Amino acid sequence: MNWLPEAASSIAGRVDNVIWFVTIISLVFFVFITALLVVFAIKYRRRSEDDETPYQVSHHTLEVVWTIIPSILVMVIFVYGFVVFEDLRTPPKDAMEINVTGKQWLWQFHYDNGKSTINELFVPEGRPVKLVMTSDDVLHSFFVPEFRVKQDLVPGMYTYLWFKAIKKGEFNIFCAEYCGTNHSGMLGKVKVLSPADFEKWKTSKEELIAGANLVEAGAELYTKRACIGCHSIDGSPMVGPTFKGIFGRQETLADGQEITVDENYLRKSIYEPQAQVVKGYQPIMPSFKGIISDNEVSALIAYMKSLK
Amino acid sequence: MADGTMVEAVRPTYLDRKGFLSWALTLDHKRLGIMYLVTIMVFFLFAGIMGMLVRLELLTPGKTVMGPDTYNQIFTIHGAVMIFIVIVPGISATFGNFLIPLMIGARDVIFPRLNLFSYWIYVGGALIALVSLLHPIDTGWTFYTPYSIRTGTSVIPITFGVFVMGFSSILTGLNFIVTIHKLRAPGMNWHRMPLFIWAAYSTAVIQVLATPVIAITLLLLIAERVFGIGFFDPAKGGDPILFQHFFWFYSHPVVYIMILPAFGVISEIIPVFSRKPIFGYKAIAYSSIAIALIGFLVWGHHLFVSGMAGWVAKVFSFLTFLVAIPTAIKVWNWLATMYRGSIDLKTPMLYALGFLFLFTIAGLTGLFLGTLAINVHLHDTYFVVAHFHYTMMGGTIMMLFAAMHFWFPKMIGKMYGEAVAKIAFALIFIGFNLTFIPQFIMGMEGMPRRYYDYLPQYHYQHVLSSIGALVLGVGILVMLINLIYCIFKGEKAPSNPFGSKSWEWQTTSPPPTENFEEIPQVTDWTYGYGKKN
Repeated sequence: MNWLPEAASSIAGRVDNVIWFVTIISLVFFVFITALLVVFAIKYRRRSEDDETPYQVSHHTLEVVWTIIPSILVMVIFVYGFVVFEDLRTPPKDAMEINVTGKQWLWQFHYDNGKSTINELFVPEGRPVKLVMTSDDVLHSFFVPEFRVKQDLVPGMYTYLWFKAIKKGEFNIFCAEYCGTNHSGMLGKVKVLSPADFEKWKTSKEELIAGANLVEAGAELYTKRACIGCHSIDGSPMVGPTFKGIFGRQETLADGQEITVDENYLRKSIYEPQAQVVKGYQPIMPSFKGIISDNEVSALIAYMKSLK
Repeated sequence: MADGTMVEAVRPTYLDRKGFLSWALTLDHKRLGIMYLVTIMVFFLFAGIMGMLVRLELLTPGKTVMGPDTYNQIFTIHGAVMIFIVIVPGISATFGNFLIPLMIGARDVIFPRLNLFSYWIYVGGALIALVSLLHPIDTGWTFYTPYSIRTGTSVIPITFGVFVMGFSSILTGLNFIVTIHKLRAPGMNWHRMPLFIWAAYSTAVIQVLATPVIAITLLLLIAERVFGIGFFDPAKGGDPILFQHFFWFYSHPVVYIMILPAFGVISEIIPVFSRKPIFGYKAIAYSSIAIALIGFLVWGHHLFVSGMAGWVAKVFSFLTFLVAIPTAIKVWNWLATMYRGSIDLKTPMLYALGFLFLFTIAGLTGLFLGTLAINVHLHDTYFVVAHFHYTMMGGTIMMLFAAMHFWFPKMIGKMYGEAVAKIAFALIFIGFNLTFIPQFIMGMEGMPRRYYDYLPQYHYQHVLSSIGALVLGVGILVMLINLIYCIFKGEKAPSNPFGSKSWEWQTTSPPPTENFEEIPQVTDWTYGYGKKN
């Protein structure tokens, strides 16, 4: 078991130094106190009912020493912690800005060229990135353990977080602030690319559907566009209705209306999810207008049709 | 001190009157102490079962036995009941009631009727809170806005119940403060008071000063839900972070409401079982007051990553480290009390040693969380969960259990069964550590709290933790069965089985209704162990 996750941002190593500093001080005190407890309990155990004990009520030097030493140590820890915190909170001026919106229960990322992704944050290696974050509904918290960064997303205001990824690879994004039913499913990935690959990705027109068959593209979109967070494909009920056998299913809506699920119902449910909610489910799905293209909707519908 | 006042003749004790009404309408602080203890233990078991269900669900990733909504409701009930119904009244309402008049040489608290009223307000508030079980709340015990405004679950009964219980807390606090000021026996000046009294006094001060804030906050939350007034929901023009400030302005001091009485209990137990005077009496007494006051100024350390200004975070981090110092001093004092003592490892002393071990871990892991740079990584992870279970369970609940054994002979007039009690302690101690040490590790590795599902990389620690919870649960059951058995079948207890010099032991076991035949004349403190006259 490793005490710390991999250090994959420029600040992570410095945070780890603080953690190790406090760990060592804590271990010294822990071992010292535990040793005294055990030694005293054995050495001074009651041997007879007439044991003589000294009438010792205080000792000024000792009391001064054991007040001053911890006081100095905690002040050193405080200062060390806040110096690193200062750098953790202050983004460099040349940082690349990416907008982040948290919603129950997905992450949406917007780049300055209009590109947007769900649950996948692509960033270049070695370049500082500043996230400008807000929430659409309740509190969320953006947390990447490997970067040692965390910041709450608050509806109605912007909060900020920055990091510089120093390793290529994929790292988990957790939502750390409780946000309701599917809080633990509000996961994403930071994908750290080389600067060249990042530029290529950023300027590319992502066309999943090109070439691939629609069902396969839909299967990929199911994960990529975060449907997977709320809709199962094995028939088990989650926050939303399962996709298994959804096409052609008879459903009762919240207002009592009976409908048959067809292409138009599915399309409308993706773009205006509150319009026709199936009975027994909360009207909480965010709209994917502007996030999922028409072609992608077609692919998703094809995928749903294949889930019999 | 206190000799020759022991009366072994058969006299009516406070337990003699029978019948429901003799309890329900009693004005006797000792009976009220017992009633609080029984009520609190019932809620403790209920919330404990909720905790076990949480651990059961987390045994495997994904669904083990329940769905995500049920899981969210269960951890909320576990936390809310444990905090607001069990640990906040906790040692203070139970042993505070039972012991304060006995320890200061009084016949009762100064306002016995108010005391009875406080108990029934508490029960009423708890029952109102339980109404929310019909459609259980799923916000977490912290009721953070705007989720708590938008969720469809029943937020209002539980917050209103907590509001009502707040009055019980305030009135009990007032009662204790005035009692300690006005009813001390002749000669018992402030520096002769047992340290449990100092702790109870500091606790009462926080209860009176902090509780109104949570009461107002929860009323605002209710008003927002019922009338749609925008205090906290940004959609209505409110500020969700304001709620966090209000909430923690109460809920941080409240951890000292929970832990200070535990400091009081251990300060009574260690001298008796070490046959040594408490070391550094004034340091312990005044550090309780210092903690009570500085404790009001550290609430912001719950908000380091909430979106609060950076310089505010630094001030709160500084004050948080400041409050660590008086706590550290107490640990040294308890250790020094044992030095060159004659240590008798009876069950209460085992719990005291267990407390010192667990509370040291709680305090040291608190250093991690108070450090700004580290807090960012650890905030809202299992590290925090483990840390506060070490303070609240390893600290307060362990000392509640210690008190339940130590004062058992005084309360019931029977001895508890020593051998079984020690086995129970061992199970609780091992089970507790097995439950929460893996949580420190997975927290450091990034496992967020309040997660119904988790990544496979955390599975191993979750399994260990769930096994630990089972051992802990068995330990608690063994302890309770042993105590309940001994209420009926225990050996008869002498007045002072452990050789304590404190005043509650100088009357009969169980004490008569009026506590003392004659009000004691106090000429010395109660820690004169080993004193040569």
